[in-house]
Amino acid sequence: MRRKDSPIKLAIIYIFLSVFTLATLYPVLRVITISLRPGDRLLSTSLAIIPDGATFESYRRLFADGRFLHWLLNSVIVSVTVTITGVILASMSGYIFSKYKFVGKKFGMTALLTTQMFPATMLLLPMFIMISKLGLINSYLGLIVVYSATALPFCVWQMKGYYDTIPNSLQEAAIIDGCSQFQAFYRIILPLAAPALVITALFSFMASWSEYIVAAQILQDQGMFTLPLGLKQFQSNMSTEWGMYAAASVIVSIPVVVLFIVLSRWLVSGLTLGSVKE
Amino acid sequence: MAKVILKNVDKIYDNKAHVIKDVSIEIADKEFLVLVGPSGCGKSTLLRMIAGLEEITSGEILIGEKVVNNFSPKDRDIAMVFQNYALYPHMNVYENMAFGLKMRKFAKDEIENRVNEAAEILGLTNYLEHKPKHLSGGQRQRVALGRAIVRKPQVFLFDEPLSNLDAKLRVHMRTEIGKLHNRLQTTMIYVTHDQIEAMTMGDRIAVLYDGIVQQHDTPLNLYNDPDNLFVAGFIGSPAMNFVEGKIENSQIVIENIKIDIGKKIQTDKVIIGIRPEYFTIDEQNPHFLAEIEVIEPMGNEIFLYFELAGEQIVARASASHPVKVGDKTPFRMDVQNIKLFDAKTEKRIRI
Repeated sequence: MRRKDSPIKLAIIYIFLSVFTLATLYPVLRVITISLRPGDRLLSTSLAIIPDGATFESYRRLFADGRFLHWLLNSVIVSVTVTITGVILASMSGYIFSKYKFVGKKFGMTALLTTQMFPATMLLLPMFIMISKLGLINSYLGLIVVYSATALPFCVWQMKGYYDTIPNSLQEAAIIDGCSQFQAFYRIILPLAAPALVITALFSFMASWSEYIVAAQILQDQGMFTLPLGLKQFQSNMSTEWGMYAAASVIVSIPVVVLFIVLSRWLVSGLTLGSVKE
Repeated sequence: MAKVILKNVDKIYDNKAHVIKDVSIEIADKEFLVLVGPSGCGKSTLLRMIAGLEEITSGEILIGEKVVNNFSPKDRDIAMVFQNYALYPHMNVYENMAFGLKMRKFAKDEIENRVNEAAEILGLTNYLEHKPKHLSGGQRQRVALGRAIVRKPQVFLFDEPLSNLDAKLRVHMRTEIGKLHNRLQTTMIYVTHDQIEAMTMGDRIAVLYDGIVQQHDTPLNLYNDPDNLFVAGFIGSPAMNFVEGKIENSQIVIENIKIDIGKKIQTDKVIIGIRPEYFTIDEQNPHFLAEIEVIEPMGNEIFLYFELAGEQIVARASASHPVKVGDKTPFRMDVQNIKLFDAKTEKRIRI
């Protein structure tokens, strides 16, 4: 399997990879560095990754500050609800789109796809109007509805694509074996779709966990803020708490990183569709 | 164990495709019926209609005296073996076979007894813990059979179960299924496009073409006494030879060959069918001379290819016959075994 590449080609490949890795890692490292700096050295121009007199003081102050924990909780509530909603709705509607024939199937799929063609900012105003008419401004539910609505089209398509690779005969065999339609779905088909479910869950989670623009429109009360909005609070007109800002950023990104690492095994098999067959 | 009766069954899809046309078949208790036909003839659809996976547009299907038109598949007391096995990939062999019983709320030790018994019959005892992906094609097919057996259904349905196996395994599994039928004494309906499978396995065969049952009879009757041109051409390997001809004064006329059949027939244009084994090489009294184009040695016999009235013809001959490509060879046809078909309706004209 090893290809023999000329040294020049290899050198170019490595230079490119190094540059891109550096470009990706550098900002992350800077944030970590700043979060570890003692309060009097925040604006230092030193390039040391572990700064002189490194301290977890910013983290301590962050957790001591009740607001941060509150925002964290808000984010968890919203993201977990969106994830669960996304997984349940996408797994079932994707299944129907994949395995059943009904009037409006093609239209439905196309309509879902069409929604993906508009940038989120374009939908901001109509979404705000709808949510406010529903009286859901400044509520978890309002945010959950919008996040679910934005994440679902992709998730439904992705689930449908995966179900398409599972032969119909499995469902038929289950039905002959004595399952109802729904039993065949959750006892046979759903366990096989685990890789796709993981991607759906990850996508739904990330779509809500780090989202800022929509949250900024819908949430007005500080007590309702999710983490991305909360972070912005460290930046005020007079001064910016760079230490806490950085520490909070690091903490916000941890769940996503952990999820990616834990689920990477599933991600690979989920992205190489069609790996499931008899 | 039960009779299966199809009464004037039709299937018309939403797009008006009429795939099953007025099919009526009676399958006796304990019979092994093979539904055979080329791809697209509707045989799988018909089987799926019996299983309840496909709705019936009109007509009736009875399993063991009961009309099952409106029964869901699980209430029809049938088991089905699929072409792609359709094993549940996330369950091991034991769980695959036990699943149907579990869904029907059988007691745990009853499930265990039945699965172990089936595993024994099928030689799967050592593989019960394996997942399907770790099994060979033949073993997977056995698990699929096992899943059907444990249910002890009234009727077994097979949808081309052997077509994914390699040739050698296919012959082997053919006899296994035959043995299984003898042992279980259950009604079985078996779909295949392979006429050799049909001939070797079926008690009776229904030949399907274009959604119509062309003929429904024992394998030998289909072979020796086909009702129409399609059945004559479909059953048998190598296939029956066909040439166009005329009837003149109780004689068959193929170009300048005249063969007396000793009987007057009212049809003018006919198609003459004759199986490869009914040609003999006859120096004394030949019907015609033909130049051999290809010889296929089979070991025990040879197939000789030549042209007659513009058609490619194949004849069987003894392997010991000294014949070479290019030889002008004298052939005689066995007049008793010539079949005549109406050139327009393609129906058999019995002499």
